[in-house]
Amino acid sequence: MPANTEILSSADIDLRELAADVVARAIKGGATAADAVVRDGAEFSTVVRMGEVETLKEAGSRGIGLRVFAGKRAASTYSSDFSRDGLERLIRGALDLVKITSEDPCAGLPQLSELGSLPGDLKLYHEDVYSLPPEQRIEYARRAEKASFDSDPRIKNSEGGAFDASAGRKVLANSLGFLGDYQRSYCSILSAPIAQDENGAMQRDYWYSAARSLARLEMPEAVGREAARRTVRRLGARKVPSAKVPIVFDRTVAASVLGNIFDAACGDLIYRQSSFLAGRLGEKIAGDHVTIIDDGAMPGGFGTTPFDGEGVPRRKTIVVENGTLKSYLLNTYTARKLGLSTTGNAARGLAGNPGISEGNFFLQPGNHSPQQIIAGVKRGLFVTEFLGMGVNLVTGDFSRGASGLWIEDGELTFPVEEVTVAGNLKDMLNNISEIGSDLEFRSSTACPTLRIDGMTLAGE
Amino acid sequence: MPFKGADSSNREIMTQNQSLFFQKFGITPNDLQRYLGEALSAGGEYADLYFEYLTSTAISVDEGIVKSASQGISAGCGVRVLSGERTGYAYTDDLAPEKILRAARTAALIARGPGQQPIEGFKHAEAHRLYQVSSPSADADIAAKLELVMRADRVARAYDSRIVQVRGGYADELRQILVVGSDGTFASDVQPMARFSVICIAKNDKNTAKGQAGGGGRVGLEFFQAEKTPEYFAQDAARQAIIQLDAREAPAGEMEVVLGPGWPGILLHEAIGHGLEADFNRKGTSAFTGLIGKRVASDKCTVVDNGTLPSRRGSINVDDEGAPTQNTVLIEKGILKAYLSDKLSSKLMGLPDTGNGRRESYEHIPMPRMTNTYMLAGEDAPEDIIRSVKRGVYAVNFGGGQVDITNGKFVFSASEAYMIENGKVTAPLKNCSLIGNGPDALTKVSMVGNDLQLDEGVGTCGKDGQSVPVGVGIPTLKLDKMTVGGTAS
Repeated sequence: MPANTEILSSADIDLRELAADVVARAIKGGATAADAVVRDGAEFSTVVRMGEVETLKEAGSRGIGLRVFAGKRAASTYSSDFSRDGLERLIRGALDLVKITSEDPCAGLPQLSELGSLPGDLKLYHEDVYSLPPEQRIEYARRAEKASFDSDPRIKNSEGGAFDASAGRKVLANSLGFLGDYQRSYCSILSAPIAQDENGAMQRDYWYSAARSLARLEMPEAVGREAARRTVRRLGARKVPSAKVPIVFDRTVAASVLGNIFDAACGDLIYRQSSFLAGRLGEKIAGDHVTIIDDGAMPGGFGTTPFDGEGVPRRKTIVVENGTLKSYLLNTYTARKLGLSTTGNAARGLAGNPGISEGNFFLQPGNHSPQQIIAGVKRGLFVTEFLGMGVNLVTGDFSRGASGLWIEDGELTFPVEEVTVAGNLKDMLNNISEIGSDLEFRSSTACPTLRIDGMTLAGE
Repeated sequence: MPFKGADSSNREIMTQNQSLFFQKFGITPNDLQRYLGEALSAGGEYADLYFEYLTSTAISVDEGIVKSASQGISAGCGVRVLSGERTGYAYTDDLAPEKILRAARTAALIARGPGQQPIEGFKHAEAHRLYQVSSPSADADIAAKLELVMRADRVARAYDSRIVQVRGGYADELRQILVVGSDGTFASDVQPMARFSVICIAKNDKNTAKGQAGGGGRVGLEFFQAEKTPEYFAQDAARQAIIQLDAREAPAGEMEVVLGPGWPGILLHEAIGHGLEADFNRKGTSAFTGLIGKRVASDKCTVVDNGTLPSRRGSINVDDEGAPTQNTVLIEKGILKAYLSDKLSSKLMGLPDTGNGRRESYEHIPMPRMTNTYMLAGEDAPEDIIRSVKRGVYAVNFGGGQVDITNGKFVFSASEAYMIENGKVTAPLKNCSLIGNGPDALTKVSMVGNDLQLDEGVGTCGKDGQSVPVGVGIPTLKLDKMTVGGTAS
């Protein structure tokens, strides 16, 4: 008989029971501790290009990951096979694998007293994400793209309008008795138009809106218009001569810089001496006006969950307070390595040891609008897009491709491309001279507009 | 090639593969016809099924101990239906017949019309045999893999007392695929992959620095025991970390740039490779649209995308649509010759399918992707190339890169680079990005070395959220002008 007759569909399985059962069987099989994570999700996505449906994708998937300990040794296995055989193989595999790993004094589950789940409705799941019939989802994508075309005659082509919806459930169980689960929903609209000038030169850009609830999504027309505005303003972009000038980072790219700061503050890079922030706890690393927070408990947030990847409640952690580095971002393992306590930032995929992920990571906004910040720059670059990943977190060296708009006497003038902006994150943190008032969460990392001085622009 | 007797064992794997989906999951050729029929029930022009069974292992040694070991299995089936320019896609990680049929019905709805029938019977494609492994790394004893990583750890630490942290890793996978199409396509493949990596942190009283090395390919464990050993990677990572301790600020602005052989071929991947993928050109969104037959590089440049090189990370016997991979000339003596195509684009554009239809997994829609992209060797001696530069940058190792297909601008970030002053390689430089414009970057190539090398086997390319393994390569190259993104004036 083929094995597939034993496969149960996810609707037939209580995923909480399954996770707890797998943990119990691992302990029975000889593990001294264990945890298991189960993921079950559904996704829908559609792209409409030039007014016609280009792709339509719909599917569900699931997976289970098991981590076992034999004393101070750890190993993990994962599978998409929920059949009896598949689960048996998952458990046996982990118990075999743990024999080859090393004793590590810091390995293990969190303390029992650290485990828990945030109470109350965190507003992470909204059924309306799946309430639209397929025709209307396609219509959302079509409307976003159409709005881009309608906004400006120079929009001549498109990578399409898109609508995505997804919902997923995550269960975590461990041998200390923790058993928790949560559901999250997500939807987004995007438009990615292409503009062409009279010489045939093309530019692309995009804009999107994302939310946990359909009701909170921006209208497709607003997304499409903003996408067109961002695209058209790039036409005629040119290179500029190399110079040391103030750089104003649009909040979308500022969030990317802040993401580098997050990575540098993660415990695994700290204990491996692989971050320029290693050993700087309690020191001044930025100006007085710089406060950086991670808040994994914010209701409805893109990075919010009731508990982290190890069953520790999410919380608010002040990472930088008025320029002073107050905390790293830690899971249980990295906290033990550093003689600290977990900050509830454990990330758990299906495979391997837990990593570290942000809750909602943001830089606290200042008082000036982006327009006021730009108005204060005599000559400089307003960066709207990065190209490439040229950041070395060990040294802090930062050198990335950039495009944007030239600032002359406080006004945005012509578009700029094919330049790099470079500096060192240590200096960049100290040289944040303006912070915008325009903080907005478009994903789990958010930053207002920033002006940073002392960087080098390389071009002609 | 070094591995004898590879052919016979490879054939054995092929047979095992067909039996995997037929025996383990009880799928029969009749089932496949039925699924394809369901996929075409709303009138699609073409449908295919992609079955995948992937096993992976990863181990890592950090601070001298084995901190992590993981193994996993992922399996599923993706159903695709094409109707004109439209693609319907659905997948399931449950290979029960009713689940595959449901996915087929979902994907079918992209089309509107009378139901179609797949062609009766399948045509087995004649495939390459590029993976010359005596047995896949995935089947090897995990203790043997661990021993290799531990060796790398010891070697890196012994390299220099300033090496303070070492992290070594070994990861392998075995991907078994079966692709069947309503046009009779039937192809299966068992794709091994192994990768070794070493990261070192060096520290002196002033600075901390990182060095990174790694490699592998569609090879067995014996590759790391005999050919590219743990010592090779460990010493290279440690060497780079020590050199970077003394790195000085990189210059800013336009200057002459010399790229070392091998991995700096990421230049080709970003500057031209992506821009030549057929989907972008079909839609007219690439800066290379309409440039076939035109000059896009100096006449010293001939660039190919070759998926048929034995054992290479970017090589595959068949692509993820069941077509055998090819050696495609993209640029010949500076003239643009061809795009990289998959089934959909080749049909819509009337171009040959170059066997570049790839996908990350059964959850993903295939699209045109690169395999191994490299420039053929020229005639210049590498020493002469360096000697010809008055003031410039010599870049030999890179982190990653990115390209904006539409305006053609691309960057790639040097992790090991040096100044060239008066024809001599001098001080090491801090990490910096190089930026250029794809359609004219290669027109500035004035010297091409006689020392073509391919990379060590570390490249992963991302496009539309899908990652696939790729290879790159160049001989030593001189570009007369490129913008270097440093901080020094």
